[in-house]
Amino acid sequence: MTTTTPELTSVTPARTRLPSWSPWAFAAGSLVLAFLVLLVLSSPTPAGVVLLGAVVYAVALTVTSRVVEGERRANDRLATTLVTFAFALALVPLVSLLWTVITEGAARFGPSFLNTNMVGVFGEMTEGGVYHAIMGTLYITLAAAAISVPIGILTAIYLVEYGRGHLARGVTFLVDVMTGIPSIVAGLFAFTLFTLVFGPAYRAGIMGAAALAVLMTPVVIRSVEEMLRLVPNELREAAYALGVPKWLTIIKVVLRTAIAGIVTGVMLAVARVIGETAPLLLTVGIVADVNWDLFDGRMATLPVYAYRQYSQGGIGVERAWAAALTLILIVMLLNIVARLVSRYFSPKASR
Amino acid sequence: MAVLSPPKVGGRPDQQEPRARRSKGGLAGRLFEYLSVGAGLLILVTLAAVAGFLVLRAWPALTASPEELQEISWFGSSTFLGYVGPLIFGTLLASLLALLIAVPLAVGIALFISHYAPRRLAQSLGYVIDLLAAIPSVVYGLWGALWLAPTLDPAFRWMTDFLGWIPLFEGYQPPAKNVLTASIVLAVMILPIITAVAREVFLQAPRLHEEAALALGATRWEMVRMAVLPFGRSGVISASMLGLGRALGETMAVLMILSPGFLYSFFLLKPGQHQSIAANIASKFPEASGLSVSALIATGLALFVITLAVNMFARWIISRRSEFSGAN
Repeated sequence: MTTTTPELTSVTPARTRLPSWSPWAFAAGSLVLAFLVLLVLSSPTPAGVVLLGAVVYAVALTVTSRVVEGERRANDRLATTLVTFAFALALVPLVSLLWTVITEGAARFGPSFLNTNMVGVFGEMTEGGVYHAIMGTLYITLAAAAISVPIGILTAIYLVEYGRGHLARGVTFLVDVMTGIPSIVAGLFAFTLFTLVFGPAYRAGIMGAAALAVLMTPVVIRSVEEMLRLVPNELREAAYALGVPKWLTIIKVVLRTAIAGIVTGVMLAVARVIGETAPLLLTVGIVADVNWDLFDGRMATLPVYAYRQYSQGGIGVERAWAAALTLILIVMLLNIVARLVSRYFSPKASR
Repeated sequence: MAVLSPPKVGGRPDQQEPRARRSKGGLAGRLFEYLSVGAGLLILVTLAAVAGFLVLRAWPALTASPEELQEISWFGSSTFLGYVGPLIFGTLLASLLALLIAVPLAVGIALFISHYAPRRLAQSLGYVIDLLAAIPSVVYGLWGALWLAPTLDPAFRWMTDFLGWIPLFEGYQPPAKNVLTASIVLAVMILPIITAVAREVFLQAPRLHEEAALALGATRWEMVRMAVLPFGRSGVISASMLGLGRALGETMAVLMILSPGFLYSFFLLKPGQHQSIAANIASKFPEASGLSVSALIATGLALFVITLAVNMFARWIISRRSEFSGAN
C-alpha cells in the first residue's frame, strides 16, 4: 500500500509481468486449495468447491498481481475475472434449468404421455397426458398468428414504405410501448372485450388467441420492420424505373427479398408467445379433453396444464415437469427452424 | 403524405408528376396503401382499447362504497387504495430487487461478450444468453419452486444466522418461498433483455476512442472504464428500465414461488409477506365474479399504468440518446 505512490508516477516499460499462463495456474491451484479446505472442514460438494475456488482465485490473482505488476494491472485482472465470472454465473441457471427439466420430465415423458388426454384421470392415477393440451396450444397460437401476422406485416410496411410525419412516429412509439404490455394485462383486456360482447360466462379459445395476438403483434412488427429496412433501396428504384407501381414493388420485390427474415421473425414471435401462461389462465382455463371449437368453451393449453398439474401436487408435479419438457422442446424446435430458415434462405450479406 | 410516395428520381420541382404516375397504381395501389395505414391505425386503436376497456370494467370497483367492497371475501381493506397499496409495494419490491441483481450481472456479461470474449466465440455466446429468454415463464416457475428454493435453503439459513441482525434478513423460515427467491428468478428472466441492449450499446462505442485509450497505455479495464462505459451509460439505464417493465408484469414465476401476504414489509426472507399485482390477479381471477372481477381488473389497470410509465421513460431515454449519438 505505502509503496504504490512512487510506482504510479513512474509507469516504466520495464515492469515485470506475470506469465500469460498464470491465470490458468491460479485457477487450478485455487480449485485444489478449495477442495482441500472443504475436505478438512466438511464434505466437499462440486458447487462448494467451485464457489470457494472462485473466491480464492479472484483474491489470490489480484493480490499477486498487485505485488508483482502494480495496482493498475491488478485492477485490470480483477475486472477481467469479475466479468468472466458474471458470464459463468449466468450459465448456472440455464444449465441447471435445462438439466432439471430434462431429468425430471423424462420420468413421465414418452409416446403415451403425448398421445393421451386427461379424461377419466383422478387422484394418483399414473395415466393421462398432454395430447389435448398440445392441440390446444397449437390451435390457439395459430389463431393468434393468423390475427397478428397480417396486421404486423402491414404495419411494418406502413412504417417503412409509407409512413411519414407525426402518425408514423406515433405508431413507432406505440409499438414500443405495446411491447411492454404485461401479459396478464393483455389477458384482462381480452377477457373484458369478449365478456362485454358475449356475456360474462363466455369462455373460448379465441379469447386466448386475441390476448396472445396483442402480445405478438409488436414483436412481429419490430422484426419485419428491421428486415424491410435491410432491403437495399436500389432494388426499389430499379422496380420504379421499370414502371412498376409502388404496391406491386412492395409485394413482388421488397417482401420477396425479405421473406426469409420475415419468416424467421414470425417464428421467433410465435416461440415467444407459445409459452405464455397468465393470459390463457384468465381466459381459456383448462379442460380434460380436446376442444376443437375455437369459438366456444374452454381449451387446454400446455402452459396452463403444467401450472394446474403443479398446483395439484403429488403425481401432478411429474406431469408438470413432463409438460414443461414438451413445451421447451416445441419452443427450441421453433427457434432452431427459425435460425435455419434465416441462415439458408436469406439473401447474402444480410449482416 | 400520399403525395410524397414513389420514386425520388423526379426531383422536387414538379410535384404533379409523381401524383400522375401514381394513379397508374390505380385502385389496387390505393387500396394497398389504405390497408397498411389502417394496420398502423389499428395499433393505436388497440392500445386505446386496452386502456379504455380496463377503465370501463374497473370503474364499478373504483367507485364502490366501502360496504360493497367489504363483501368481497378476500378484500382485506375498506378502500380500494388500501387494498392495492401493499400489492404495488410487493410488485415494486420484487422487481427492484430483481433489477439490483440483474443489472450488474448483465453489464458484466455484455462487457464479456463485447470486449473480453474471443471474437469468434462472441456471437454464439450471445445466443446462449438469448436462450434464457426463450424459456417459458411457467418453466421458470417450476424450476424456481422445485429446484431453486431447496437449493437456496442453506444459503438463506446462513444469512439469517449470521446477518440476521440486519432487519432485511431476519426470520427466515423454510421452505424458501419468499420474495428474495422470487426476485432471483425474475432477475434470471430479465437478464437476457438487459444483456442484449447493453451489448448493442457497448459494441457501438466509438472504436477510435478505444484505440486512443489503448495507445496511451491504458489497460483493458481502464479503456472500458474511460471509453466504453461512459458511452453506454444511458443505454444501460434504458435497458434496465425495459427489464424493470418485464419484471413488473411477470406473473407465473411469482405466482408459483411466492407464498402470498399483503403487508408493507422489508423482511426479504420471511414467507407470507408480499404479493405482486399480476400473481394476485392470476390466483384470484378464476374464482372471481361480479364486483371482485372489477376489483382485480382495477389492480390490473394500476399495473398497466405503472409499466406504461416505466416503458415510456425507457423509450424516451433511448430516443434522446439516438439524437446525440448521430454526432460522433
